[in-house]
Amino acid sequence: MTPAGALGAAAQVVLVGAGSPLLVGAMRQVRARMEGRAGAGVAQPWRDLRKLLRKEAIAADGTGPLFRIAPLVLAATALVAAAVVPIATTASPLDGSADLFAVTALLALGTVALALGGLDTATAFGGMGASREMVVLALVEPTILLSVFALSGRVGSTDLGAIVGSALHRPELVVSPVSLLAAVALAVVVIAETGRIPVDNPATHLELTMIHEAMVLEYAGPDLALVEWASAMRLTVLLGLFANLFAPWGIADASGAMPPVIALPIAMAVFTGKVALLGGALAAGEVFMAKLRMFRVPELLAGSFVMALLAVAASYFLA
Amino acid sequence: MNESLYVQLLDLACGAFVLAAVLVLWRRDLGAIVRLFAAQGFALAALVVVLGAHDSDAGLVAVGVAVGVLRAVVLPLLLRRALPAGGEARETEPLVNVAASLLVAALLALLAYAVTRPVVALEPSPATHAAPVALTVVLIGFFVLATRRRALAQVVGFLLVDNGITALAFLTTSGVPLVVELGVSLDLLLAVLVLRVLTARMRAAFGGTDLDDLQELRD
Repeated sequence: MTPAGALGAAAQVVLVGAGSPLLVGAMRQVRARMEGRAGAGVAQPWRDLRKLLRKEAIAADGTGPLFRIAPLVLAATALVAAAVVPIATTASPLDGSADLFAVTALLALGTVALALGGLDTATAFGGMGASREMVVLALVEPTILLSVFALSGRVGSTDLGAIVGSALHRPELVVSPVSLLAAVALAVVVIAETGRIPVDNPATHLELTMIHEAMVLEYAGPDLALVEWASAMRLTVLLGLFANLFAPWGIADASGAMPPVIALPIAMAVFTGKVALLGGALAAGEVFMAKLRMFRVPELLAGSFVMALLAVAASYFLA
Repeated sequence: MNESLYVQLLDLACGAFVLAAVLVLWRRDLGAIVRLFAAQGFALAALVVVLGAHDSDAGLVAVGVAVGVLRAVVLPLLLRRALPAGGEARETEPLVNVAASLLVAALLALLAYAVTRPVVALEPSPATHAAPVALTVVLIGFFVLATRRRALAQVVGFLLVDNGITALAFLTTSGVPLVVELGVSLDLLLAVLVLRVLTARMRAAFGGTDLDDLQELRD
């Protein structure tokens, strides 16, 4: 572990931890304004979290330790992912072990823990939400792996920092068909994995349609705060990973000339701008879209899987 | 033209070409399928023009422009006019559902790559490296022909096959003679005109173009 890597990881965790509720707030604000409402303000998610944290911790009757551990596992995996994904710097503190597969597995671990927590309540909604989430996860996971794998072909390494770094040095790779196909595939799965429209609607509690909300229906107080915070962090990490894979400019380069003390704040500011832009575009797109029927979701995800597969094939055969 | 720019443009055109074919499988809306076919025709024309510009072959560029006019403008226009004014605008029930047919498309792509390896090995160049892409489109076209029920979707499948064959010809040979390409294009135009008339007659006679309903003879 290099000092630059440790510094970068600490900065990333602080940035994602503090900034992700603001991102969610900004996205809600964009939506509200486009729908002609005033909106609750960008800081509203933080106010919600504060309110929830002050409440008494309470668990539903008959639930076991799994129900109590799930929010902790979800938040912990999101924090570790925030530390190792190249967000502000390509110098990851866990180089070598924190590659594409590790990050995907980390995010999946959080989802599975939450799904088990939802099952543990033994309510109809918890089980339904958990089973739907597993359906989506099973289709999303291979696509995330494949689409990033397509980008890793030209680097010869599955290390996310190395992939982002290579795009930084060879900008012409960003408009190749491999990149474009992988970008479309990854965009679809990021939307599905973070539970946004058209796969899931984060603003609804309608029993027929909810996926993520159904799983966390029984959580209250600090546990709910933890789940909401972790979900916001996962959204930020995935959007940030997407932004840096396809538009890496501004990130602090591990082999760059600038000392990390100067490069890091710049990279953090640029990252904030990129993620805010992506989040705003996502929220604006959601205004014009309806949620897909659950039975149509596999079609959408199969389509993104094919694109990821074509991206991998193209990275080997066209190169 | 600079070599790396040429490879980039060629790859980009091939990517758009195969992407349009995959999206044809994805969409149910017949209007959208025709639009995608037009986009594919445009990608094919771009492909031929890029090849021509690289070889500094004015004839090839002219063929490319002609291909573009026919496949991106004329044929989609004809197909659009064959779309019924109301109703039946969707491919409601393909024989293989959309999710499965997308996965089949992925398998067909891998098959095409496996099959064309000897062809690519004959003379490795950026253009022949893209030959599997063209074969993928041919196979996807056959798949559309085999699994879609609406007459218009099947016509698009047939045209996908032809687009793929044309792309394969341009990618593996150093340019198709103008006369040959002209003959193929006129044949294609005629086939689409005949199919369009046939579709209109079918709709007038049976009220629909679901080809699976046309399997037995009646008085």
